[in-house]
Amino acid sequence: MIRVLVTTDQIDVAAEHEALEQGGAVATFTGLVRADDGVATLELEHYPGATEAALHRLAEEAVGRWSLSAVTIVHRVGPMHPGERIVFTGACSAHRAAALDACAFLIDRLKTDAPFWKREVVAGQSRWVEARDGDSHTADRWR
Amino acid sequence: MQLLYFAWVRERIGVGEEQVTPPPHVATVADLIAWLAARSDGHAAAFAEPARLRAAVDQAFVPLDSAIAGAREVAIFPPVTGG
Repeated sequence: MIRVLVTTDQIDVAAEHEALEQGGAVATFTGLVRADDGVATLELEHYPGATEAALHRLAEEAVGRWSLSAVTIVHRVGPMHPGERIVFTGACSAHRAAALDACAFLIDRLKTDAPFWKREVVAGQSRWVEARDGDSHTADRWR
Repeated sequence: MQLLYFAWVRERIGVGEEQVTPPPHVATVADLIAWLAARSDGHAAAFAEPARLRAAVDQAFVPLDSAIAGAREVAIFPPVTGG
């Protein structure tokens, strides 16, 4: 079962985890908005249609590489604040190794393969977040 | 051809989308970027450094040297920063 959701709503981790419980092992990752450098608001822009398609491709690739009974990717868009959940990935498999690896794959590759852009508001000034080379190197280990 | 712009590319150009009909010599995404740069000061600012741009043709990520023949939708944007 693949679940992909791009939403302006808060991410309900408990509900997402419960929906993933379809085998012996569930691994999940939750990303929270950091208050780095006094960030007051984080705004997420995305490419509607292409975003969902990219996340579906990632989920399908994970199902093809590992033996998974469920995969979930939820990404929040729009304005959000420090401490709020921005992204959730999860995988369910019969055993822990596949679930843990698949979950890491999903978040590492999401960072380079899905069309989202972050803008930070600090002291009333907004600025686009620059992509980090380290993210593409981390994603490359799964290629 | 429908063009879509995101993040600071959209902000510098001033619109998120526009419809264009490129001339025949515009064969690749890189050619398209060079051609678009002459449309306005905003386009020139957005496309001043092609190395900082990424693109999708019909919603699939592609390198800038990819052909655009037959494309219905081309998106131009900065490197992605989700997650």
